[in-house]
Amino acid sequence: MTDATTEMAPYAFVRRETLEQQPAPLSVAGPLAWVRQHLLSSPLNIALTLVCVYLVVDSVPGLVRFYFLDAIWTGTSRDACLADKVGRPVGACWAYIADRFQYFIYGSYPIPQRWRVNIVFVMFALGVVWLLWTSAPKKKLGIFFFFVLLPISAYVLLLGGPGAERFLGFCLMVTLALAALYVVLSFAPQLVRFNIGDAGLAVVQQLPVWKRFFGPKQLVLFALAIFVFLSLLASSPGLPRVDTGLWGGMTVTFLIAAVGIVFSLPLGVVLALGRRSRLPIIQLLSVIFIEFVRGVPLITVLFMANTMLPLFVPQEYSPDRLLRPLVGVALFAAAYMAEVVRGGLQAMPKGQYEGAMSLGLGYWSMMRLIILPQALRIVIPGIVNTFIGLFKDTTLVTIVGIFDFLRTIEATLVDPTWATPTTRATGYAFAAVFYFLCCWGMSRYSIAVEKRLAAGQKR
Amino acid sequence: MKQIIGAALIAVTAAICASGALAQSTTLAQVKNRGILLCGSGTGLAGFGIPDQQGNWAGMDVDVCRAVASAIFNDPNKVKFIPLSAKDRFTSLQSGEVDLLSRTTTWTISRDTSLGLNFAGVNYYDGQGFMVRKKLGVDSVLKLAGASICTQQGTTTELNLADYFRANKIKYEVVAFASNQETVKAYEAGRCDAFTTDASGLYAERLTLSNPDDHMVLPEIISKEPLGPVVRHGDDVWLDIVKWSLFAMVNAEELGVTKANADEMLKSENPEIKRLVGTEGKFGEPMGLTNDWALRIIKHVGNYGESFERNVGSGSLLKIARGQNALWTKGGLQYAPPIR
Amino acid sequence: MSTTSAEIKPGKASLLYDPKIRGYVYQFALLAVVGFLIWSAASNAIENLRAQKIASGFGFWHNAAGFDINQKLIPFSASGSTYGQAFWVGLLNTLLVASIGIVLATFLGFFVGVARLSSNWIVSKLAMIYVEVIRNLPLLLQLFFWYNAVLKPLPNPRQSIELPAGFLLNNRGLYVPDPQFGPGGNLIIWALLIGLVATFVFRSWARKQQAATGKQYPIGLVALGLIIVLPLLVYFATGRPITFVYPELAGFNLRGGIQIFPEFVALLVGLTTYTAGFIAEVVRAGILAVSKGQTEAANALGLRAGPTLKLVVIPQAMRVIIPPLTSNYLNLTKNSSLAVAIGYPDLVQVFTGTVLNQTGQAVEVVAITMAVYLTISLVTSFFMNIYNKRMALVER
Repeated sequence: MTDATTEMAPYAFVRRETLEQQPAPLSVAGPLAWVRQHLLSSPLNIALTLVCVYLVVDSVPGLVRFYFLDAIWTGTSRDACLADKVGRPVGACWAYIADRFQYFIYGSYPIPQRWRVNIVFVMFALGVVWLLWTSAPKKKLGIFFFFVLLPISAYVLLLGGPGAERFLGFCLMVTLALAALYVVLSFAPQLVRFNIGDAGLAVVQQLPVWKRFFGPKQLVLFALAIFVFLSLLASSPGLPRVDTGLWGGMTVTFLIAAVGIVFSLPLGVVLALGRRSRLPIIQLLSVIFIEFVRGVPLITVLFMANTMLPLFVPQEYSPDRLLRPLVGVALFAAAYMAEVVRGGLQAMPKGQYEGAMSLGLGYWSMMRLIILPQALRIVIPGIVNTFIGLFKDTTLVTIVGIFDFLRTIEATLVDPTWATPTTRATGYAFAAVFYFLCCWGMSRYSIAVEKRLAAGQKR
Repeated sequence: MKQIIGAALIAVTAAICASGALAQSTTLAQVKNRGILLCGSGTGLAGFGIPDQQGNWAGMDVDVCRAVASAIFNDPNKVKFIPLSAKDRFTSLQSGEVDLLSRTTTWTISRDTSLGLNFAGVNYYDGQGFMVRKKLGVDSVLKLAGASICTQQGTTTELNLADYFRANKIKYEVVAFASNQETVKAYEAGRCDAFTTDASGLYAERLTLSNPDDHMVLPEIISKEPLGPVVRHGDDVWLDIVKWSLFAMVNAEELGVTKANADEMLKSENPEIKRLVGTEGKFGEPMGLTNDWALRIIKHVGNYGESFERNVGSGSLLKIARGQNALWTKGGLQYAPPIR
Repeated sequence: MSTTSAEIKPGKASLLYDPKIRGYVYQFALLAVVGFLIWSAASNAIENLRAQKIASGFGFWHNAAGFDINQKLIPFSASGSTYGQAFWVGLLNTLLVASIGIVLATFLGFFVGVARLSSNWIVSKLAMIYVEVIRNLPLLLQLFFWYNAVLKPLPNPRQSIELPAGFLLNNRGLYVPDPQFGPGGNLIIWALLIGLVATFVFRSWARKQQAATGKQYPIGLVALGLIIVLPLLVYFATGRPITFVYPELAGFNLRGGIQIFPEFVALLVGLTTYTAGFIAEVVRAGILAVSKGQTEAANALGLRAGPTLKLVVIPQAMRVIIPPLTSNYLNLTKNSSLAVAIGYPDLVQVFTGTVLNQTGQAVEVVAITMAVYLTISLVTSFFMNIYNKRMALVER
C-alpha cells in the first residue's frame, strides 16, 4: 500500500542511488579539528598553548644553533673554538669532546693496555644482552657468566699483575679439578648417590654419558674456556698491573654500576628473604640493615666507606681506594634491591608457597625453584628502575675522589688547552647525552618488560 | 649453585689477600726487595708533581723521590707515584702504602709529633698567598675588605685565612669547596674576588686559568709553609737516606756540581766536592747505600737549583723567583749541613 | 605455618631436621658472625686509631672551630664558635634548603603531573619531555649545570642586574632589601599572625556552616581582608615603622640587604626541579588510579574541570600519592647532601667535610651525620604516616 502511494505521489522525492561519502566536517576531523580539540579547546587552553609555543620557539632554535649549526666539529686546541680566532659566533665545541674522547672512556689507563678494557667492555655487553634479551638461549649459563665469570675476568684483566695472575691460576686449577670430577662422575654416577638419591641416580643413569650432569658440566666447561682464554692473554701479550688510581672515565662508571648490580642483586635477595623470615633475629638484623641504609644519603655511606673502612680492617689489609666506594655502592644498592625483591615476594600468591610445601620442598628448594624465579621475574621493572638510580648515583663517587665519567669531564673543564667560553656547555651536554641514553634506554626496557608481563597477566 | 657460591667466596677472599702487603723489617730492605720506591705524590699540581700526557711525573716533589730512587737503585725511574689527596696522605704513609710522602706537605709541630711521622727537611719554603684579578685594582690583602674569598675546605689554608682576617679586623665572606679544582673553577667563574692557597700553588693554578695574565698574586704571605718530604716514625736509617738525598742536592748546588759537570767533578781536587761525589770518605755505607750515592742523585736528577729552575723557576711555565728558596749564600733559606 | 605443623604432631624428627632447632642454630650462627664482625671491626678501629694517634670520643665538640662559614642562620664566627656550633649551622642549612625545596617541589610536581594529563597536546608533551629529561639525568650533573648556569652568565657585583623593588642579582647571589623594624613594627607581625589565625578559624566555621546549611561564605574575600588589609592598616596606623636597607655597592661587593648565596639558589633549583620530576610521575599515577567514573560523575553534576580536579579527583588520588610522595620528600632531604659538590655549607659539607678534616675523627663525625639523617627520615615518615592515616580515614 504505502509503496503504491509513494510511487503515485507526484512530487515526492526519493533518492534512488547512494550518495558519495562526504568527508567529515572540518570541525570534528582532520588536522584543523585536531588542533582545535587538542590545542584551543578553551580560553585557558589557548593561553597555555600560546605560552608553550612561545617557550619552544624561544628556546629550540637557539639550542639547535648553539649545538649544531654554530658548533665546531674539528680542531686540536682551544684556538679552534674561540670566536675571535674563528671569526664567527661559536657554539658548542665538539672538537674538544673528540680530542678528549679516549680520556673520557679510559681515564688515565695506560694506552698500550687499553685493549684489556675493551675486552671487558665486550664481555660486559655480552653479559648484559644475554640477561636482558628475554629470548636469549641458555639463561642459566648467562647468569653464571654475568655474576661469576665476568667479575673474575674483569678483576684479572683490568688489574693484572702477579696477584691477579696467581688468582687466575687458582681459578684455572679449581675449574680443572671440577672438570675432572665431572668426567669421573659421568662414568660413575653411583659415587654421588648420597647426594642425589636413588631416584635421581636412576634418572641420571638412563642418560648417555655425555648428557649426565649436563647443567653443571656446561658451566664448568664454559668457565674453563674463559679462564684458558684469559691465561693465554696473560702469557702472550702479558697483563702488567695497572693501578686503580689510573682507572677512570666510563670504564669506572660502568665498573661501579656493574659491581653494584652483580653484588647488590644476590645480597638484596638474601636481605629480602631475611626480612620475610620467621626467625626473629634474622628478620631484625635484615630490617635494621635495610632501614639504616635507606635512611641515610649515599654520600655518607661513601664517606663511611672511604674513611672508616680502612679503620675497620687491620692496617696491612687497608682496602684499595677504588674498592672502598665499590663496597659502599654495593651495600647501598643492596638495601634498595632488597625492598624491590620483597615486593615481588609479597606479590606471590600464597598458593605458590603452599603448593611448594605440599610437594615436600624445603625452604631453600622452595625459594630457589618455585618462589624466587617467579618473584624476580615480576620485579624486573623494579630491579631495572633501582639500577637506573644506581647508575645515576655512580656520579657521587666523584665526591670521594674517584675519576668516574663525570669527574673526567669536570677535570677537562679546567684544562687550559680547551678553556673556551663554550667548553663547559659542551662538556655538560655530552655528559647529559651519555647519561640520558643509558638511563632512558634502561627505562624503555623496563617499560617493555612491564607491558609484556601485563600482557601475560591479562588472559 | 654450590659451586657458584664457593667460587664467589674464593674470589672475594683471594681479592682481599691479593691487595694486602706484608710488613717487612726495614724500609730500605723492603724497597730494595721490591725493586721500586713507592712515593706518595699529589693529585696533580704543576711544578711540584704532575703526570704529563704519557704519565711521566715531573716536579719539585717528584724530584725528591727520584733522588732517593737514584741513590738506592742508580735509576731515577724506579719510582711508582701514588696520587694521594690532602685528606688521605698521612693515613697512606702510616699504613705503609707508600715509603715516602713528597707532596707539598707543610711541616708543623702537630704533624711531626702526634701523627707518628718525621719530616726529612724542607724542599720548598712556601707561604699562603692570595690571587686576584688585575682589573680589581687591589694591591694588598688588607684592601680586600668585604671580598668573597674562595678556599679549599678542611685545610690549614682555611684556618689561616680566618686567623689573618680576624687579626686584621677585615670582614670577608668565605666560599669553601671540597676540592682544589672546584675552588679554582669558582674563582675563575667570578664567584670570588680572591683565591687563596700556598703561593706556589697560586702560581701553578694561575697557569691553568684561561687568561693567566689577567690575574696577579698579591705580595702578602700570611703564613709559614715549609714543605718537605715525610717518612714514618721508627726507621731512622730511612729518615737519614731521605734527608741526605735532599741535602746532597742543596750541597751540590752550593759547590757548583751540576748534572752536566758531575763526571768531570770526579777529578776535582776540592775536598768538599770529593766528599760529595764519593771519591773521598765512605759516607754512603752507613746508610746502606753505595759511596757514590750523591753522585748518582746529581747525575740523574741534578742539583737543587737545577731542579728548581726546571720545575718551577725560569725553565718552567711557572716562573717563580728563587726568593726564600735561594741558597743561604745568596740570601735565601736553603742551607744544608756539610758532608763530612 | 609452624603452628599448623605443631598441631598435626608428626613423629619426632631427628634433632638435625627439626625446623625449630635449625632456626635457633641459624640465628645463633648469624648472631655470632655479625657479633664477630662488629667486634673485630671495633678492635681494629681502636688499634688503628691508636697507631695513627687520632683522638677519639666527642671531646672535639667543644673545641674552637677556627674556620668561617658564609651562610649561617645562627651566629657563628671563627673566633668564638665551636665544632658543635658548626654542626648546628650545617644542620640548619640542610633543613632550610630541604624544607623550602619540599614545598616548591610539591607545587611544581603537582603542576607538571597535572599538565602531563592535560588534554592540551603541547602542554602534555612538554611536561613529558621535562619528566623524561629530569628523571634520566644524574642529580649531580644537574647541580653542576645549575651552579654553572646560575653562576656563570651573571655579571659581577659592579654590573648587578637591577630587579624591581630594590632586588639586585649578580654572581655573588641575589640581594634582597633587608626590612628593619622601627618602634611599633612588631605590631604588624602580630596583626599578620592574628589575621592568619582568624582566617583559619573563619574558614573552618564557614565550612561547617556550608555542610550544615548549604550556605556559602566568601572565604577568599575575608581571608584577603584579614591577611593583607589588616596588617596594612596597622602599618599605616603605627606610622610606617618598616624601613628597608637596600643593598648598594661598597668596595667590590654589595653591602646591606639580605644576600641569598648562589650555592643555595643552585642547590634549591636543582633539588626542586629534580624531585618535581619524580613527584609529577607520582601525581600522574595517583590521578590515573582514580576511576574514570568519578570524573564523569563530577562532570554530570555540572562541575567544571578545575573543581572536578580539586574537589573530586585529587582528594581521592591523595591516598595513592602520599606514600610515594613521602619517600620523595625523604629523597630530597637526603639528596641535599650533594651540596658538598657545589660548596653550599650544609651538614655534610661543614661537618663531614671541614670538621672531619680538621679533627680527623672520622668515626664520630660520620656516625653523627648518619644519625642525623636517620632521625630526619624516621621523624618525617612518622608524621607522614599520621597524615596518611588521616587521609585514609576519610574512606567509608
